[in-house]
Amino acid sequence: MVKVAIWGSLREATEGAAEVEVEAANLRQLLDGLAERHPAIRPQIERGVSVSIDGLIFNDSWFQPVSPDSEVVLLPRIVGG
Amino acid sequence: MSQIHVSTTINGDATEFLCEPDETLLDALRDRLGLTGSKEGCGTGDCGACSVTVNGRLVCSCLMLAAEAEDAEVTTIEGMAEGEALHPLQRKFIEHAALQCGICTPGILVAAKALLEQNPAPTETEARYWLAGNLCRCTGYDKIIRAVMDAAAEMRGEMRRAS
Amino acid sequence: MALDDKLGVKDRTFKIVGTRPNRPDGIDKVTGRARFGADMNAPGMLTGHVLRSPHPHARIRAIDTSKAEALPGVKAVITAKDFGHVPDDMADVLDHCLAGDKVLYDGHGVAAIAAVSPAVAKQALKLIDVDYEVLPHVTDVDAAMKPDAPVIREAGGDETVPDGMSKNAMHRFEFGHGDPETGFGEADLVIERSFRTEAAHQGYIEPNACLATLAPDGQAELWCCTQGHYAVRDMCAAILGLDKGMLRVTASEIGGGFGGKTTVFIEPIALMLSKKTGRPVKMVMTRDEVFRASGPTASTSSDVKIGMTKDGTITGAFAEFRYQGGAYPGSPVEFGAMACFAPYDLKHVKTVGWDVVTNRPKQAAYRAPGAPMAAFATESVIDELCQKLGLDPVETRLKNAASEGTKSAYGPTFPQIGVKATLEAAKAHPHYAAPLGPNQGRGVATGFWFNFGGNTCVSLNVNADGTVSLTEGNPDIGGSRASMTMMAAEELGIPYDRIRTVIADTGSLGLNDVTDGSRVTFAVGLSTIKAARDAIRVMCERAAMVWGIDPDAVEWEDGHAKPAGPNAGQFPPMSLAEIAAQASNTGGPIAGHHEVNAEGAGVSFATHLVDSEVDPETGAVKTLRYTVFQDAGKAVHPSYVEGQFQGGAVQGIGWALNEEYIYGEDGKLQNAGFLDYRVPVASDLPMIDTVILEIPNPGHPYGVRGVGETSIVPPLAAIANSVSNAAGVRLTDIPMSPPKVLEAIDAAG
Repeated sequence: MVKVAIWGSLREATEGAAEVEVEAANLRQLLDGLAERHPAIRPQIERGVSVSIDGLIFNDSWFQPVSPDSEVVLLPRIVGG
Repeated sequence: MSQIHVSTTINGDATEFLCEPDETLLDALRDRLGLTGSKEGCGTGDCGACSVTVNGRLVCSCLMLAAEAEDAEVTTIEGMAEGEALHPLQRKFIEHAALQCGICTPGILVAAKALLEQNPAPTETEARYWLAGNLCRCTGYDKIIRAVMDAAAEMRGEMRRAS
Repeated sequence: MALDDKLGVKDRTFKIVGTRPNRPDGIDKVTGRARFGADMNAPGMLTGHVLRSPHPHARIRAIDTSKAEALPGVKAVITAKDFGHVPDDMADVLDHCLAGDKVLYDGHGVAAIAAVSPAVAKQALKLIDVDYEVLPHVTDVDAAMKPDAPVIREAGGDETVPDGMSKNAMHRFEFGHGDPETGFGEADLVIERSFRTEAAHQGYIEPNACLATLAPDGQAELWCCTQGHYAVRDMCAAILGLDKGMLRVTASEIGGGFGGKTTVFIEPIALMLSKKTGRPVKMVMTRDEVFRASGPTASTSSDVKIGMTKDGTITGAFAEFRYQGGAYPGSPVEFGAMACFAPYDLKHVKTVGWDVVTNRPKQAAYRAPGAPMAAFATESVIDELCQKLGLDPVETRLKNAASEGTKSAYGPTFPQIGVKATLEAAKAHPHYAAPLGPNQGRGVATGFWFNFGGNTCVSLNVNADGTVSLTEGNPDIGGSRASMTMMAAEELGIPYDRIRTVIADTGSLGLNDVTDGSRVTFAVGLSTIKAARDAIRVMCERAAMVWGIDPDAVEWEDGHAKPAGPNAGQFPPMSLAEIAAQASNTGGPIAGHHEVNAEGAGVSFATHLVDSEVDPETGAVKTLRYTVFQDAGKAVHPSYVEGQFQGGAVQGIGWALNEEYIYGEDGKLQNAGFLDYRVPVASDLPMIDTVILEIPNPGHPYGVRGVGETSIVPPLAAIANSVSNAAGVRLTDIPMSPPKVLEAIDAAG
């Protein structure tokens, strides 16, 4: 199981949990698993998220590996100017 | 309204064109003569991107009617280099990375050339005040001022480089 | 994608990266030959113009275009209805170009005309009758948050907004960890303050411009000034129902963007006008239109509370931000809320952000979107805590600074980062110890930005004479062609002037994300290096064929293929040019390419020092000395890295001291021009000193980090802190224009 940190206002969608666990070996499985176990997260995932894996930000790469040792943090999608 | 016939000299070449009575010199240069080096950043004389000289005087070409160019000597950025040889200001702007996007560059070069013709040895403060009518949004002016001071030194025959 | 594993970037000696060659587009730019958005024409083209709303909020009952259409020389008049249904994610984009049922801000597009000349078009605009039902309006963020505020979007906010809030609150964010209240209990001093910042415009000098042709067979050409022509293609194709592959977009040279040219304003209109008329249509926004109808940044209001012990440890931090992003959801409040405390290692931290709509133009990204306003608030309170506790502001920041292994305020644990390095450099710099005169004060602030990578394609062709053509797809705003050329030359081992880099149109390369997020030197650079390595692989294979040895027995060094060791055979090294000359005999043209969605952009930090002098008679603030300390990872072309530092700092100075959107009681923008919206001019400023720090980004082969955005994050706070030290007054309202400063001085007695 991979532990995923959930930001404050998104915890409404995880019954207040700051961290949830998902069975996932890569980013795609992680996001699909999150949306499945916590359907209330789905609108935010559709609006866009970035995922920090061990301190590096990933936006789209489905097959980026994650492991139970990874630090995984869900973030609003990062953009720039 | 019928168009006005204008005979003028642009960058040393005798030039004729027709323009509307309310047409700016900038529009005539850009749209009738293909001299698009002068830019329109505001159309109200606030940004200096359209700077040209008319009879040696620095003007915003967006604030002057094209018809007023009759019998005048107009110089634009297109007249700054002599053949293959860039003007020292042009060379120094490239060397000092004094441009990022480059949209303000023609106007600033024309204005800086006018400055050095009047005052070959400006202080940094004099250069800053002379160029205060030319907006640059990219550089913060630091490298522009360095390039102008360095070009001025070279044109005076001092081969020092600004730091 | 790891830091160069083969050579180890720390030990690598660069030959070209780190030098300062002339940029390849320099001569075009200093002679006036470079072609920007408005510099392109087409035979038979028409001119397109937009009719804009004089009301900040009104229902459109009817639009009668018949008189305008009847005017000789008018070839088409369109409204939003001509576009029919567009995909949901493009609805706001189109509505911002041309209003649907309601106009939502002063300057909102209502109809557009294609005519044979500007004079005809101007006359025709006056002949369009719009029947407006004027509605109450709100342009202030705090007023828009009140429960009885005029409602701009009936649908209201999403699931994150609690019941009972104003319908103008669109979204609520919350970040952080620990419990700030516990932290405040451990503090010796807690300071709580409220702040406001007004909207600033990106202020690019080149107004938006485009030239569009859309033929009846669905093939279209678009020339425009943009930070991302692929994004323009995708948005326009979706809005007009075109196939992406049939719409070729070419990016002109771009006269500044700073985030403001990452979306469309006139491009879909020009395409539709071209479709209706069967002729090319050119559109150029006026400066008035740029201010009224293209994106400024958000205006904000915030409350900050921070606790500190006597020895300078921050024990708890809380901040709540309200950002209005115009009449459409999507202000960058989350980035402000995530970035503001990122420089620090905090046990108890929480930030809240509200995305709010008002009757203003839709905000567009502006350099580190959302971060400068938030950092203004939080860095001001940290400074005040230092003042009141008698602590050194740099030492105190160092004491609390985040480092490798710190759990950041926005969640992730940081890898190797440079915040301490920027503070140490500031502390050691002569600027920090220089004496100050009367009415002068020194300010310091630290800032953070995330940076971004994204989709990137690069193609590198080796020509028969040994020159190289490098093709990339990101408009060059600040010298990036020079940086790409340098990285390709470094990797190939050939001189800089043997490579020419061009920016391809959308038909010539695959998807390239927008030139934003400080991504280009990082992501396009990474792809350039990989494309060069791909070409090197091919060249080694060709040399191996000529020598009759195994390709694995060939290595590349200093622009030459050579046998990898004595066992590979005794052959003199073959240069790139020699291999290229034989390409036709060894299998055909030689090229390298690389396509990637680059992830792993490294975060960036900066610390700024500024000395200001406050005139006690007028309240005017003069910037006397300014030094930027920022981590660049690796500076490819240091002059252009310095340029980013300097440009960002000066944009911040303008925002801090002068620039603001001024709305009247009537909801109309009162200063839509460069005379009244005053950006910094040369005589306002000193030289901007820079110190480039190089803490390698492990996500890039050379260690490069994006540098374009972080430099605008600290200046607002740094200047406010310097004013506080110069005049003894704490300014909490940006811009710190002379009347506000004078009022604060008078109030302080």
